[in-house]
Amino acid sequence: MMHVRRSPEEIAANRQRYEEHQKKGLEFAPKTLPAPSPLPAPAIEAAAIIHQETIPGGWYWSTALKRGEALRIDQGEGASTVALVAWNATDTSERLNLVDTVKVQWTTSLGKGRVIFSDMGRVMFSLIEDSSGAHDCLMGGSTEASNATKYPGAKLRNTRDNLVLAAGKLGLTRRDIPAILNLFAPVRVDDDGGFHWRGKLSNSGDYAELRAEMDMIVGFSNCPHPLDPDPVYAPKPVIVTRFRAGAPAVDDLARTATAEALRGFENNASMLA
Amino acid sequence: MTDFINTSASRSLENAVQDHFIPAEAPWSGIVRKGQTIRIEDSYGQQAIDTLFYRADDFAERYSNQDTMRTQGGAYIGTGTKIISNEGNVMLVMIADSCGRHDTSAGACSCESNTVRFGHGTKYLHACRDNFVLEVSRHGMSKRDIVPNINFFMNVPIKPNGEMTIVDGISAPGDYVELVAEMDVLCVISNCPQINNPCNGFDPTPIRVLIWDGED
Ligand SMILES: [Zn+2]
Repeated sequence: MMHVRRSPEEIAANRQRYEEHQKKGLEFAPKTLPAPSPLPAPAIEAAAIIHQETIPGGWYWSTALKRGEALRIDQGEGASTVALVAWNATDTSERLNLVDTVKVQWTTSLGKGRVIFSDMGRVMFSLIEDSSGAHDCLMGGSTEASNATKYPGAKLRNTRDNLVLAAGKLGLTRRDIPAILNLFAPVRVDDDGGFHWRGKLSNSGDYAELRAEMDMIVGFSNCPHPLDPDPVYAPKPVIVTRFRAGAPAVDDLARTATAEALRGFENNASMLA
Repeated sequence: MTDFINTSASRSLENAVQDHFIPAEAPWSGIVRKGQTIRIEDSYGQQAIDTLFYRADDFAERYSNQDTMRTQGGAYIGTGTKIISNEGNVMLVMIADSCGRHDTSAGACSCESNTVRFGHGTKYLHACRDNFVLEVSRHGMSKRDIVPNINFFMNVPIKPNGEMTIVDGISAPGDYVELVAEMDVLCVISNCPQINNPCNGFDPTPIRVLIWDGED
């Protein structure tokens, strides 16, 4: 079996370019990202609010979201995890893509100033405020089986079924449910790859604000994270506020912090042109 | 490329029921029946092999990287890992692994994500997502069916602070994984054509897939 190897010069040139990208990505060039957003969350100007929804513990919700609008997701009464999925409103085959999100930004740890990518190399959300940085891209949501293991004997609502319901009511199916972003889930990975719940990363009343960078449909499930150490199933209500975020400034953090986000927004611009 | 390595008396080159060479950069798909064992071999070493699994009689049930990681409590794939579907069922179990490092957090390369990672000049290069779209289209599926995959032999360490980068693969020529199917599955492979990062040493190489019947 023949295999024509690439020339040592080609390989060396590509390696050098990769290492340059890697250095910038790991050393936060061009911009260092800011500290978490302050608590408590400041009030949103009433005139900017389009809708406010309280999702009861254990339930799901979905909403349309236009480019330039934002969502504040607020724990309100204390610790809870919110699973989030999203689709491009005009082509639902374009959707949240967490594997690209973590790979291109060189980190599984999201926080203020980071962006969330679709599978088409475009930015879906900018994280414009975030009080915790305690989010989970890896573990997914609860299922009937994970609830049965964690809360034996009880029949409780779970994120998998919630998202099948949310997708179903949008004319989508289980084929369309992407990997899930868990907001307010302080999951970290140890050196052997094991998952740990770093509760210290979370604060009571944490909030995150996601600005839409394209027209979207967003789905939520409000169920305890499978790794949440609380043995009692008692998810608190979460408050989701949809509001007009205003046009991003010239030096908008999410648009200028990393080389990857810059190129992602260039891909967004070509969609809008 | 090295010689065939025996992992079990019941699995030799002679009694394999399927034996496929997959050229550098190419896709492949095939059915693995319940009880059969599939070996995916990194024939030349340091080659990422992007792989998806679909339930053969219901493609809406498919590999789920998040369910797989959650179920085993860790981010990497290795011997003993149960490959879990989006419905929470065990699709396959990894029964042998001569390499020791496989990723399922970083997904497949695509023309689109290449522009974000490496610059717009890399848009028109072969990519795993294109391989997947072509290959699943042969089975009546489309882009919406492409989900986060396993990257066999790809080395993507995640640090406790979240930092994550693709580093040089540790697989040697002839390294392999073996998985026994717990249901009939469609296996879809993209032999990664990426030349912009070290997942395959910047030099994609051919791979080999072998399938054996169960021992019963
Ligand atoms: Zn690839």
